[in-house]
Amino acid sequence: MRYFSLIDSTPILTANFDRSLQHVRRLERIALELRLGVVNLLRHSRSGHLGGSLSLADVMAVLYFSVLRNDPAQPDWSARDPLLLSKGHAAPILFVTLAARGYFPMEWLDEHRKLNGRVQGHPDRKTPGVEAATGSLGQGLSIVNGLMLAARLNGRDTRAVAVLGDGECDEGQVWEAAMSAAHYRLPTVAVLDRNRLQIGGTTEQVMHLEPLADKWRSFGWQVLEVNGHSIPALLRAFETAWQTLDQPTLILAHTIKGKGVSFMENQVDYHAKIPADALFEQALAELSQAIRDNL
Amino acid sequence: MSNMVATRDAFGQALVELGAENPQVVVLSGDLAESTRAALFGEHYPERFFEMGISEQDLVGTAAGLALGGKIPFVCTYAVFAVSRAFDQIRVSVCYTGANVKLAVTHAGLSVGEDGATAMTLEDLALMCSLPSMTVVVPADAGETKAAVRAAAVWKGPLYLRMGRSPVPVLEEPGADWQIGHARRMRAGKDVTLVACGAMVSAALEAAETLSQQGISADVLNFHTLKPFDCAALVKSASRSGGVVVAEEHNIFGGLGSIAARVLGENCPVPMRFIATQDTFGESGKPEELMQKYGLTSERIVAAALELLQPEGVRQ
Repeated sequence: MRYFSLIDSTPILTANFDRSLQHVRRLERIALELRLGVVNLLRHSRSGHLGGSLSLADVMAVLYFSVLRNDPAQPDWSARDPLLLSKGHAAPILFVTLAARGYFPMEWLDEHRKLNGRVQGHPDRKTPGVEAATGSLGQGLSIVNGLMLAARLNGRDTRAVAVLGDGECDEGQVWEAAMSAAHYRLPTVAVLDRNRLQIGGTTEQVMHLEPLADKWRSFGWQVLEVNGHSIPALLRAFETAWQTLDQPTLILAHTIKGKGVSFMENQVDYHAKIPADALFEQALAELSQAIRDNL
Repeated sequence: MSNMVATRDAFGQALVELGAENPQVVVLSGDLAESTRAALFGEHYPERFFEMGISEQDLVGTAAGLALGGKIPFVCTYAVFAVSRAFDQIRVSVCYTGANVKLAVTHAGLSVGEDGATAMTLEDLALMCSLPSMTVVVPADAGETKAAVRAAAVWKGPLYLRMGRSPVPVLEEPGADWQIGHARRMRAGKDVTLVACGAMVSAALEAAETLSQQGISADVLNFHTLKPFDCAALVKSASRSGGVVVAEEHNIFGGLGSIAARVLGENCPVPMRFIATQDTFGESGKPEELMQKYGLTSERIVAAALELLQPEGVRQ
């Protein structure tokens, strides 16, 4: 089926932080298409994680369509900047993004969460563009640090990015990896999707995270707090991160879980809830209207 | 007794030699570089040596990233810490991801000695064999450790290399034909088959010697690789001898004995006996005292073989 109407598989050979109105509007449009794709995907698969996928749409649009060096025709291109979705349950936004970048045909999304599918319930390397299996939380940042160490040994200027959830920061391994990135002065970049909700409630109810920015700073990281739904703010933050070569950078992206669909926004239920058909239609209508408004 | 060398000592040396030959080899340590002998590699190749501190989850995950970046990482810490503290990272970041990580771990089994039960692992073989795509290698002595380190570096995919802390007898030098997944026949015999891995291989050879003095000839097979398992070698020997004793420095659940019993159950059911720890944790003591107390000795192998050779053949 048709999940979204935009596919752009042009290779990105250099990071682009252009904040001109034209480029920003293009990335905004892409983010809306990705949201539309996520909602269509979950309407089709009838299971999966909507809320934490929608909160990441702008981050993923900026990374895959402007910042990360990548060539969808060569998923294993040695000069690529790899992205690790450490919060693997947000697989829908990753799969839709990869399909929209042309890593694999859109029809493959029909197989999402289906038996023998090439697009699994959580990231799996059988999907082109997926760098590592994730879904058991807390593991992505360590892998990114390892990729950065390998790049340093190989003399490459690779910028590997980990995308973390805020609830994921309950995991001890996140902090082990935060320590080792700073210890080795790796220019690792992590985006933290700070949507303030996890499966069991608000992050502060489940397990206090605040003061989160201070925690990361005290671990030796540069912390850039941004509105995770502002394309120019994200571009500016990534530009700063890319210029920082002697320290890891955390982009603390303040986001809204379920962003873009009015009745899903900030609703803890929409971590993994599948709405009724009528509500799916409403969600698609809202996103389609937003896309028309953007044109 | 022959010359005694701990497999970890042979490992430290082998790793340095490997580092000279293969620039892609990197080593990560969990703050036990002296104990695991990985420190030697760090002295020779400091730029390829990463001290990750006391954080096994990050240790294994970082190794997975290095592997995805084209390196051949050897993760060095105590077996119990790698396997128990980072099992999920081994499962997801390494095996499910398909990262070419070598878990080269020491201090496995009871022969850790005085540090006692928390520093020992008697469950690692069961855990590692249960992971899809994991290869599991348990060298019997210094020579096999060197062969295994070289083989591991060119082996594609995750590999668990289990070594010990305490000195073990140096056996016959492995030939150029030593290969992961191919059992070694250490001694030819026809009356009973003795199957062992790691430190228990020398005990099995000692047992075979004792049995020969009683006119019994034992076939001794060294299963230095538990996975992939050399089914043909075991079935061939068992079908000739008609009885098998399995000896391992591991819990009776889920290790070499379990694999051997399954393979023979499917292909060539014969009476078997199992020399292993009996579902218990270890404790402090001298390595040889522990092996004695928990029944991991050549005497117990001899007794088990004789029991199999009784006309009744079946345990009461």
